[in-house]
Amino acid sequence: MKKLLTALLFTPLMALASGPELHLDKAPLSTEPAALQNGAKLFVNYCLNCHGASYMRYNRLQQIGLSEQMIKDNLMFTADKIGEPMRIAMQRDEAKVWFGAAPPDLTVISRSRASEFGSGADWLYTYLRSFYRDDARPTGWNNKVFENVGMPHVLYELQGEATAKIIEHDDGHGGKSKEIEIEAPAKPGKMTAEEYDHAVADLVSYLVWMGEPMAETRKSIGTAVIAFLGLLFVLSYLLKKNYWRDVH
Amino acid sequence: MSVDQKMDGGRRQLLLATSAAGGVAAVAVAVPFVGSLTPSERAKAAGAPVEVDISKLQPGQMMTVEWRGKPVWIINRSKEMLDSLKKTDELVSDPKSDKPQQPEYAKNETRSIKPEILVAVGICTHLGCSPSDKFKTGAESGVSADWAGGFLCPCHGSTFDLAGRVYKNKPAPDNLEVPPHKYLADTKILIGDDGKA
Amino acid sequence: MTTKAQAVLDWIDERFPLTSSIKGHLTEYYAPKNFNFWYFFGSLALLVLVIQIVTGIFLVMHYKPDAALNASGIPAAFASVEYIMRDVPGGWIIRYLHSTGASAFFVVVYLHMFRGLLYGSYRKPRELIWIFGTLIFLALMAEAFMGYLLPWGQMSFWGAQVIVNLFSAIPVIGPDLSIVIRGDFVVSDATLNRFFSFHVIAVPLILIGLVVAHIVALHEVGSNNPDGVEIKKKKGPDGHPLDGIPFHPYYTVKDIVGVVGFLIVFSFIVFFAPEGGGYFLEYNNFIPADPLKTPPHIAPVWYFTPFYSLLRAMVWPLFGLDAKFWGVVAMGAGVVILAFLPWLDRSPVKSIRYRGPIYKSMLTLFIIAFAILGFLGTKPPSYAFFGVIPGAPVAQLFSLYYFMFFITMPWWSKMDKCKPEPDRVTG
Repeated sequence: MKKLLTALLFTPLMALASGPELHLDKAPLSTEPAALQNGAKLFVNYCLNCHGASYMRYNRLQQIGLSEQMIKDNLMFTADKIGEPMRIAMQRDEAKVWFGAAPPDLTVISRSRASEFGSGADWLYTYLRSFYRDDARPTGWNNKVFENVGMPHVLYELQGEATAKIIEHDDGHGGKSKEIEIEAPAKPGKMTAEEYDHAVADLVSYLVWMGEPMAETRKSIGTAVIAFLGLLFVLSYLLKKNYWRDVH
Repeated sequence: MSVDQKMDGGRRQLLLATSAAGGVAAVAVAVPFVGSLTPSERAKAAGAPVEVDISKLQPGQMMTVEWRGKPVWIINRSKEMLDSLKKTDELVSDPKSDKPQQPEYAKNETRSIKPEILVAVGICTHLGCSPSDKFKTGAESGVSADWAGGFLCPCHGSTFDLAGRVYKNKPAPDNLEVPPHKYLADTKILIGDDGKA
Repeated sequence: MTTKAQAVLDWIDERFPLTSSIKGHLTEYYAPKNFNFWYFFGSLALLVLVIQIVTGIFLVMHYKPDAALNASGIPAAFASVEYIMRDVPGGWIIRYLHSTGASAFFVVVYLHMFRGLLYGSYRKPRELIWIFGTLIFLALMAEAFMGYLLPWGQMSFWGAQVIVNLFSAIPVIGPDLSIVIRGDFVVSDATLNRFFSFHVIAVPLILIGLVVAHIVALHEVGSNNPDGVEIKKKKGPDGHPLDGIPFHPYYTVKDIVGVVGFLIVFSFIVFFAPEGGGYFLEYNNFIPADPLKTPPHIAPVWYFTPFYSLLRAMVWPLFGLDAKFWGVVAMGAGVVILAFLPWLDRSPVKSIRYRGPIYKSMLTLFIIAFAILGFLGTKPPSYAFFGVIPGAPVAQLFSLYYFMFFITMPWWSKMDKCKPEPDRVTG
């Protein structure tokens, strides 16, 4: 009986996830201003044409070490006031016709993409490095992490054009499972594989920062709050002990 | 058994220390809550400084721009208009703008950086109506026979001269507010930021 | 006290029972002196209620219950939550306090209820306290469910869609009832607005009323304690229970320690893990609601999952009614059956300290069943332990146990070999 109970008690802890598994690479995130600034530049140049970040105000970029003038001169292409959010001009209905679905807003994308397989950053980091050429798709691109994705590989001029080998396995139940193996770009891009991974890491770091710009503030306030509560705990415990001397 | 009788020194000190720390905690908790009542980033962005080009503003003309949801008047005063300020000096309650409700650069007779250009918030200092401009002089203005030109508030009849100075014995207590502003170029004004705040 | 202050106090007391209320509920409310750790959770539940109300008041100042899309194609309600998180000074702290508070409420309330099971706090003469408590639990579930719709993310939308559709399982009136609840044929702007109204006005009013009733009833009969003996039976010459101490100052100073301890854990989550690993703020809820696209896997928030498992366990039609109906019945009965506990328990003793092995093992298994049902409720129905032991039959087995625990209680609680209760509390 007791053995059964212990077994049942601990099964949830050891339980494995069922369903399709996703293998995600761990994103090498950074909170360094230089990396975030580079990520912001990539974001504005490559993402902010189709995707908005409509809760992210340009002036908030000052938090990652950019001056107002630098933001205005180098990054602010879709607004004319520094306090405005990163909106885009593309019409959603038109976008729906072009891509099959309107491109999602990216402000909190890093928070929404987390799952049991990894953080949202891991998903984005893997996704942006998993595009391959697929002539069967209208855009000419497919993705290993996000099958039949509507988005073309906008960073291909940096990464080059990767192709993929599709290996089909018998799964033993009469069905077939597909394994996609991405091969090194046949047509190289402007960056080496290492440089590209680094650039994507910066971009993802930026997306994570943008998802919750006050995350670092939150943690530092938290440390102070908990330290203070620790002091209050000691005081209130001593007070309680003092009063309870009377109780026998 | 009364608690007060048993209140020894140690207990009193602990009680004080805990209450003090608890009080500090309560104040700290109040900070974000009170903060959330102040203007948000959106309100600040909407109320950001406004750039105005006044190159097309002829003498004797007035233009209105919006800043923080309020009308801001920019008046290019002609020679006659500026002269009228001498006459009204005695009729207004605070001719030198001594009351500390405006920037330093409005503490003069014309209440402006450049003598001819007046920048003022077009909100009556009485209860917040927007006065109408009465630039015509004399009886033609419909204000009074000896009217020197200025502004009349339709709500309670306060009158202001062409420098936004309030006339004596009127409901409005103060001169019209001059917003913080500065010249970015000869004919370009930035309203809402004078680089000092 | 100075005579002036005394005069003011007298003036008030002639018109309002101020001093007598303070005496009756604090300084001369005699509570057993042997409360242990489990007795912190009542005052903590009150604390969390206050946190939720205060943060809620401030959130309502900025939140907009509006499903219409804004210029960027984002529903206004979703956008207003991000507005609070980013643009309102201090807004993120207030929002995280509220979202973490929701989960904390259930943690605290579940532990508070478990305390009742441990020490038989629902037994005579405290049946009404227990019934008010189960009503509070029900109101809390309604409050949490409707609040969860407000951020208007994918989980908000589809969770509400599924739960409101439960009502359509009721024979005859069901389909129309669910339309009346939604005010539309799908969850929509109308639903969002009425849920907002219920969440911020109606249910909190009911909740506060029930909490007052819960406490008034408690102070009428007096608190139970870990020994499950009535302290009022042994009174001293002064007429006060021998094992009782005034609530104030003794339990106020003790509860402050509990409050600060709780706040340390609570702050840790608010400041370092506000998403609670995807359990407190679900990841999919960072995607705006899309009525045309269901997320691949919908699970209710963790505090509903044990009851959600009861719902899913019913897969057979019975008596000419389909399985969907019986699932809803199981879920509802899972909550309602709690209210009957005072009359199901026939043990001669209250506290687990003096109960026999049957109660101890039944209760242990019940807690395990509740936890596993909760765990399976977060997983898709196809889930299997280690990839081999299918979850669905396990959930059915434990659902059966959940109800059997209550239904068969009159027999096994009587059979149990109990130890004699002491006369006085044992410290």
